[in-house]
Amino acid sequence: MADTSPAPNDASRPVILARGVRKHYGAIHAVDGVDLDIRAGELFGLIGHNGAGKSTMFKMMLGLIPLTAGEIRIDGASVTGGDFRAVRRKVGYLPENIVLYDNLNGLETLQFFARLKGVSSADNPRLLERVGLAHAARRRVREYSKGMRQRLGFAQALLGRPRILFLDEPTTGLDPEAIRGFYAILRGLREEGVTMVITSHILAEIQERVDRLSIMAAGKVQATGTVQALRESMDLPLWFEVRVAPGALETVRAALAELPLSAVEPREDGLALRCGREAKMKVLAVLSSLGAQVRDLTMREPSLEDVFFGFSD
Amino acid sequence: MEFSQIATIAGKEFWDRIRNRWVLAVSLVFTVFALSIAYFGAAQQGAVGFRSIEVTIASLVSLVIYLIPLIALLLGFDAIVGERERGSLDLLLSMPITRGELLLGKYLGLAGALAFSTVVGFGLVGIVLSAQLDLNALFHYFGFMLSSVLLGCAFLSLAVMLSVFAADRTRASGMAIAMWFFFVLVFDLLLLGVLVVTAGQWGGEALPYMLLLNPADVFRILNIFSLEDVRTLYGLSTVFPPSLARPWLLGLVMLAWIAAPLAIASWRFRR
Repeated sequence: MADTSPAPNDASRPVILARGVRKHYGAIHAVDGVDLDIRAGELFGLIGHNGAGKSTMFKMMLGLIPLTAGEIRIDGASVTGGDFRAVRRKVGYLPENIVLYDNLNGLETLQFFARLKGVSSADNPRLLERVGLAHAARRRVREYSKGMRQRLGFAQALLGRPRILFLDEPTTGLDPEAIRGFYAILRGLREEGVTMVITSHILAEIQERVDRLSIMAAGKVQATGTVQALRESMDLPLWFEVRVAPGALETVRAALAELPLSAVEPREDGLALRCGREAKMKVLAVLSSLGAQVRDLTMREPSLEDVFFGFSD
Repeated sequence: MEFSQIATIAGKEFWDRIRNRWVLAVSLVFTVFALSIAYFGAAQQGAVGFRSIEVTIASLVSLVIYLIPLIALLLGFDAIVGERERGSLDLLLSMPITRGELLLGKYLGLAGALAFSTVVGFGLVGIVLSAQLDLNALFHYFGFMLSSVLLGCAFLSLAVMLSVFAADRTRASGMAIAMWFFFVLVFDLLLLGVLVVTAGQWGGEALPYMLLLNPADVFRILNIFSLEDVRTLYGLSTVFPPSLARPWLLGLVMLAWIAAPLAIASWRFRR
């Protein structure tokens, strides 16, 4: 690789780079030729069904299991090579369904992992405060709820101010308010230039928050890009929900007759229209020319879920 | 290999056993058993009270040879497989630590807890008995404690090896019990059986060396051979040639029994 010491916040520089990564268990190809370029400071999503290969990919990026073929570099170094300690000190990891030690309290848990990471424990009380656990610092993990364990796990991942975070289904068990708080912390980290890789099965949650994402299926990356770019490349139809003034339904129907709509469905007080992306502006123009006969209009873009099923089916 | 990483893991394992009162419970078991044996061991013969250090140690050896392997196997069988099954192993391995360091840290922490319990449990009895013991007897008692620690460490090493190989905790516990049966109950019977069936034709010469293949037998020989009076009481161990019965040599064999399973475990764990 001809990667010569770029500026630390160069957004185009891949902090996590995977080339031709394969993981085969006998005849099962869990990961089958994956390339990834995750750039410095981006919040990158990795989505896929169970068994799509994203957990295996995660484990290989963390150096927990060996690769069958290919290579993975974190900040230019191998996670399992001679520099593995230095690499791992830069990395924070929140595993899916985190299991911590029931007999330790919150502070002791952080202290244990801080020692292993070789970082100071001085910041631990502040870390607990950051994830909303200051009140439970001296309570044993045994007494923690699922959400509290998840938050303690997140605090653990933040030990030593890592430059790269791997978050596997990080919001499992969190209530909606905690999820908002969690993403607020991620936004703050993003501003500090921390690179984050996140998996989630709640696509609606991830779609507004990630910079880019990869969709994995059958051990391969099916598509990578921003949510918007993926939507456009899929060319999925959009929906208009039109509320019509009383008695104006037939006029509206007539006005829409010449448009290239793929579906027109009746609704309680109007119509639902489906059309391709190329017809979007025409539909808007016609509807706005109808003046007061159209009382309200909602446009629904295809969701990440629609995109996801488009790629993974 | 970074010592601080090993120490962090070992420290956690050790303090876990202190905090959950495992150390207290095991020390207490040792103290109570040792005291009972020292003072009531001769009750069958119609006498109560301390007899001699040699008889006491001989009785303690028969007890410890069952008890310590069992305790060590139960202590160590889930060291690795337990973390794996609970799901905490991945997080540990994502830290700047090697698998070898994790394994050794686990072993040393558990071995520390077991050794501490052994020394405290039997040490307390030693202090109680010390008024009735001369220096030579104290020396023997100390040797008994040291060899008990080595016996525990050897079986703990076997347990940690099981915990690396086993697919789940249930299987690991089954394997631990099987291992206890094999080394503590079956092994000697098998040797005797071979001797009897072949009418001493086969195995007679090799027998003393075969005994070295069982850490429990090494422990027995270590303690019995230092005691002139009781040597004649024992069957198997007395066929042992004096050339092999050197404490330092037997001690080395014990250390090999500690090192070898750990080395195999480490090799397997890294794969």
